[in-house]
Amino acid sequence: MSVSPELLTPVDTSGLEREELLDMYRRMLQAREFEERLYYLFLTRSMPGTMHQATGQEAVAVGVVSALRPDDYVTSTHRGHAHCIAKGVPLNEMMAEMFAKRTGSCKGMGGSMHLCDFRTGMLGAFGIVGAGIPIATGAALSAYVRGSGQVAVSFFGDGAINSGVFHESLNMAALWKLPVVFVCENNQYALSMRVEQSSAVGVLSSRACAYGIPGVRVDGNNVVAVNRAARQAVTQARRGDGPTLLECLTYRQRGHARFEASHYRDQAEVAAWEQYDPIIRLHNALVEAGLAVEDELATLQQKVEAEIDEAVQFAEASPEVQPDDFWAYISDEAAYA
Amino acid sequence: MPKLSMMEAIREAILQEMQADPRVILMGEDIGVFGGAFHVTHGLLEQFGPKRVWDTPISEAGFVGMAVGAALTGLRPIVELQYADFIFCAMDQIVNEAAKIRLMSGGQASVPMVIRAPQGATGRGAQHSQSVEAWFMHTPGLKVVVPSSPYDAKGLLLSAIRDNNPVLFLEHKLLYGSASPGGGKALSDPSLRPIGREVPEEPYAIPLGKADLKRPGRHVTVVATMVMVHRALAVAEELANEGTEVEVIDPRTLVPLDLEAILTSVRKTHRAVVVSEDVSRAGVGAELAALISHDGFDYLDAPVERVCAENTPIPFAPPAQERAIPGTADIRQAIRRVLSGD
Repeated sequence: MSVSPELLTPVDTSGLEREELLDMYRRMLQAREFEERLYYLFLTRSMPGTMHQATGQEAVAVGVVSALRPDDYVTSTHRGHAHCIAKGVPLNEMMAEMFAKRTGSCKGMGGSMHLCDFRTGMLGAFGIVGAGIPIATGAALSAYVRGSGQVAVSFFGDGAINSGVFHESLNMAALWKLPVVFVCENNQYALSMRVEQSSAVGVLSSRACAYGIPGVRVDGNNVVAVNRAARQAVTQARRGDGPTLLECLTYRQRGHARFEASHYRDQAEVAAWEQYDPIIRLHNALVEAGLAVEDELATLQQKVEAEIDEAVQFAEASPEVQPDDFWAYISDEAAYA
Repeated sequence: MPKLSMMEAIREAILQEMQADPRVILMGEDIGVFGGAFHVTHGLLEQFGPKRVWDTPISEAGFVGMAVGAALTGLRPIVELQYADFIFCAMDQIVNEAAKIRLMSGGQASVPMVIRAPQGATGRGAQHSQSVEAWFMHTPGLKVVVPSSPYDAKGLLLSAIRDNNPVLFLEHKLLYGSASPGGGKALSDPSLRPIGREVPEEPYAIPLGKADLKRPGRHVTVVATMVMVHRALAVAEELANEGTEVEVIDPRTLVPLDLEAILTSVRKTHRAVVVSEDVSRAGVGAELAALISHDGFDYLDAPVERVCAENTPIPFAPPAQERAIPGTADIRQAIRRVLSGD
């Protein structure tokens, strides 16, 4: 498949503060470096479990979450590291969870596919495709009932839009004008299945018309474009005008999981999309707009690498989960309050 | 003290908790202006308004999942499924999310929600008749409540709403004690009787995991739930005339299970029959029989008998349904078998 050039929009930084842009750049780098280090760790040593990289998709997570308040909610997917990092889940704890340590975000009980951090509004990555969609919708209902002014965002992939809960949730969210934004991260593959083979309509955002809500398709490798579209959707949700279906067109540069080699797709297609890597595009835009110089961005890169080094050291030095730890987590017997 | 039906007792528990705690909301199909398929939520929309009482479209997976999201973010939702059979549409959200989030999150989050579901065979055919408790006993992270009387239902529901975990609260359609679509005939079931104490008006909690001795006896222990408690009591009355004293234990909650109360009884009677309306294969009876047989082995004078539904989808024709579901004759025979040691 060739890259559709009409979907690629210029990275127009106008109207955004330099600090905001650099923060988005830093968050994308963190997500990239976290997963690249993880990939290396899986290659070079014995790591527990599995992991799914979102390499090339970082602009979706960062662009959307940058449009949120700290107390807003996010649900994520099995490919969720970038969403967590964008939401501010501490890197040390995330890495410790990858190592199945007691200091992990989920005390070593969740793993890569079930990361969550309730302090930062990260309600959970879910290993069941589509499962986070009604949960985010329910968090939005809760925000509405409590009058908290919070918004919920559900990230899900092009595979999840064919699940029943996608339809049920969008219908109820639209019916009741709940403060939720549905972000379809269309990376064009559900494991091996191309989106054209799984969805009867090519433009996934067009499904929004079934619910009478805005459906917006955006260049998902352009963090600024994602951020602008997300701001509009979040503003609409927060003022009580209901949900938006935001389709972010992107590309999964790596295999589905760990070392999966993607024999079902043409390597030329992968190479073509690598040229439109969202981090490189923001990097170039920042330099071209005179908002940052190469040295500064290189320093930022080194800083992020050092953060990941530290996270790995933290994880390695952390205590192991003990075999009986899980008994403490099955049910909550705290007093009713 | 007012005499309440189970339907009224359940409504009173919901109403009182909604008054006491603004975090409690309701979700479900036809629970608003219609008042619920079994009239349980009658009047609650008028009293609490649409922000507390969410009349949902037919989207079980969607609204159960939404209840999980609401429970994670500060509310305490009570979801009504119109029939327990419809719970299977929401299995993923119950089994993979509600039940697992606490463990998966390393204890960061709890899921304080109640799923109410009317179950049991009442002549409506296979998709409106199932007893679903075993599916959920099999899912760690859930609690399972199975009341047999209005008094128990009110106190147990109050505890379920206040519990920090997902609780499946099963209500037997035959026990609601009010006319319901297609269920009017149930009122003439001769084995149903007012049992337990009258229902106090003030809120009271019955802890989850505490069995109730419904009838003391010394010759045989019958462990039964929901409608089967009533049938066991009917048989116990009958056998009392023959000099056989049947002890009837109602666990009231299957998870957590008050095994100690059951074993205490078995240590006295040395014989046990377990009665449950769900199908026998890998069911409640299988679990209880295994626990009693293992932990009470030294005290048993006969193998534990199971009286459960036949391993069939519930057939529509009344005589066929009657054959499939445990009746008083089945319970009586099982008691005779354990007493004779055959």
